[in-house]
Amino acid sequence: MIRPFITLAGFIALWWAMAAYGGVPPYMLPSPQAVGAALWTQREYLATNAGVTLAEIAIGLTGGTILGALAALGVAASPVLQRWLLPVLVLSQAIPVFALAPLMVLWLGFGLTSKVAMAMLVIFFPVTANFLDGLRRTEAGWLDLARTMNAKPLYVLLRLRLPAALPALGSGLRVAAAVAPIGAILGEWVGASSGLGYVMLNANARIQPDLMFAALVVLMAIAIGLYVAVDKTLRRLLRWAPGS
Amino acid sequence: MPPPGIVIEGLCLRYAGESIFENLSVTLPGGRFSALLGPSGVGKTSLLRIIAGLEAPAAGRVYAEDNAPLAGRVAYMAQQDLLLPWASALNNVMLGATLRGEARDPQRAEALLHRVGLGHRLRALPATLSGGERQRVALARTLYEERPVVLMDEPFSALDAISRARIQELAAELLDQRTVLLITHDPLEACRLGHSLWVLAGNPATLGSPLTVPGAPPRAPDNNSVLHMQGELLRRLAALSPA
Repeated sequence: MIRPFITLAGFIALWWAMAAYGGVPPYMLPSPQAVGAALWTQREYLATNAGVTLAEIAIGLTGGTILGALAALGVAASPVLQRWLLPVLVLSQAIPVFALAPLMVLWLGFGLTSKVAMAMLVIFFPVTANFLDGLRRTEAGWLDLARTMNAKPLYVLLRLRLPAALPALGSGLRVAAAVAPIGAILGEWVGASSGLGYVMLNANARIQPDLMFAALVVLMAIAIGLYVAVDKTLRRLLRWAPGS
Repeated sequence: MPPPGIVIEGLCLRYAGESIFENLSVTLPGGRFSALLGPSGVGKTSLLRIIAGLEAPAAGRVYAEDNAPLAGRVAYMAQQDLLLPWASALNNVMLGATLRGEARDPQRAEALLHRVGLGHRLRALPATLSGGERQRVALARTLYEERPVVLMDEPFSALDAISRARIQELAAELLDQRTVLLITHDPLEACRLGHSLWVLAGNPATLGSPLTVPGAPPRAPDNNSVLHMQGELLRRLAALSPA
């Protein structure tokens, strides 16, 4: 637990040495002290915009997870959907989601909606793919047992295959938690009037590298915090599953 | 209605061009414990799965002696306990009702868990139970189904000797009067529990005439007829397997 912090401290020391003695100009690499100062003096500005980005990520993560899980359940429940939808789902991954960001802003505007949509788009596939994989790998013995019990397919899906696939859904959610911030920030870069991505673009244009780095630090903290929160929650909920 | 016997008629099963059974016919008596032994890979599990309706034979049929369909009257206990790891012992016992979308009867499930000696572990998750306890939950789940025919595929083979002896007695007591087919590798288990003992052997496999053990199961392991029959079974099984 302590090791990552030592590594981190090493990186900061290296960063400080490069900024102080490496001859890198401060407009390219501000010193850790300058970034720390920007974090403190601009704390309200940063907090307000971090709140916007966090909201985009949280709504996107929730919505993307619900949509992805429903899609996986639908495909698992219906062979017809599987034949018609699954190839399209897989092919859709050939579209670079990032290239859709300008479209989302064009269709959904500069506000929250387009960023939430971007976050949902990047989350959807890992959630669907992992969950569907889990739903299709139910232990054969359980399905045999269900057959001898004259089980109904709907209940087998909801009470047997779904809970059995939750660890797989959990893996999808961990990936989703890691990529959700990418979707939100990307949406902000293409067009926004608030959010950490907007702060970074703005600071860059105004040659305020310390503020840009400060926004990056806040964003990293959000991303790591989100991942840890999702991971911890999943571990608690899936205590019964070995190795999850 | 008394539990029906199981009639197996002209059963043929082939895997990848190889014949497992050819025209296998036998009647397993109703309300009795039949133990099925035989070398590994001879087709015991396949036979059980065909009776359970989990596999279809190439030819032949399996039906209940009373001519009513067998489907819906069979409970199945596999080698693994097949407990759902996320569900409590109590909910595992009621799995059948859950999967049929029926109202569950927690009182009956609780009473069954008491009968298998797990009245104090109702809320326990399977991971916190020992192997013997898990198979006892599986036995309670089988009993909850209230099926006249019970098919068991080596359900106690992974247990230690003491747990195995205890659950054998429990199974004999609780499954009394039902039509039971028990696959086992253990001649002692067969002799303690079986009314009739069948040996499946050969290629394609055939069933010889059954051995019968006098006395009501569960028989004591040191019962004279159990010891005698165990010796006889071991001789027959040894004669079948290559040295």
